[in-house]
Amino acid sequence: MKKDIINESTISFPALSRNESFARSAAAAFAAQTDPTVAEIAAVKTAVSEAVTNSIVHGYRDSSGTVTLVLRLYSDGTLYIAVKDRGSGIADIPQAMQPMFSTAPAEEERSGLGFTVMESFMDRVQVRSTLGKGTTVVMEKRMRSREKCLVGR
Amino acid sequence: MLKIYNDGKRMTAAIYGDIDHHAARELRAAMDEAISRSRPELLVIDMENVGFTDSSGIGLILGRTRAVEAYGGSVLIKNARPDIAAVISVSGLSGLLVKGANSTKGVNV
Repeated sequence: MKKDIINESTISFPALSRNESFARSAAAAFAAQTDPTVAEIAAVKTAVSEAVTNSIVHGYRDSSGTVTLVLRLYSDGTLYIAVKDRGSGIADIPQAMQPMFSTAPAEEERSGLGFTVMESFMDRVQVRSTLGKGTTVVMEKRMRSREKCLVGR
Repeated sequence: MLKIYNDGKRMTAAIYGDIDHHAARELRAAMDEAISRSRPELLVIDMENVGFTDSSGIGLILGRTRAVEAYGGSVLIKNARPDIAAVISVSGLSGLLVKGANSTKGVNV
């Protein structure tokens, strides 16, 4: 049970690599209201950075466009993060999520571990994608400090 | 930003700031230039002043490790904060991580 949305923010920005740091900082600022631990904040920043980088590097590889970051906090302390693009889409999602798999040229040194990192730092990672239409990555993480705080009330 | 310190056959590359896809390109070029100039036997990547990394940092370390190991050198990473080490460990590169002077590898870095 996720209960009610207690706060929400939507941020859109052009798919420029300099916005990777903006996006994860914005997510960290939103997550700060849960009184998170250092590890929780690092996890949120890392996961957002991976998803946004994927949109920029893969979704908009041959085009330009907008990335949308949706942040929600639920009353049970669940942080919901959606990263959406209207880029090229993913042909084979299970393959794309495999560790060390990357379609990027070797000289770009993408490790192919973006989804692996997202999955190791978030409780849930879901990918929806349509070729030529875009990709949405939805991630959730239960912020434990928030949970403790609610129990204490 | 990157600072390079050469000490005999050892080179220390101290990285400053966040490592992400945006920052990695410049770091990669600067490190490769220093590596090809000095060809250190040991490259120590000092992450004390790295506040953030994602998998772009893994790619950066992997690429430099390949370059150094190609001529018989080796790479160690020192002073990575726990949250930085947690990302690096996803890649299985945690064997490169040392905590300081008294590491189990017996290398004073």
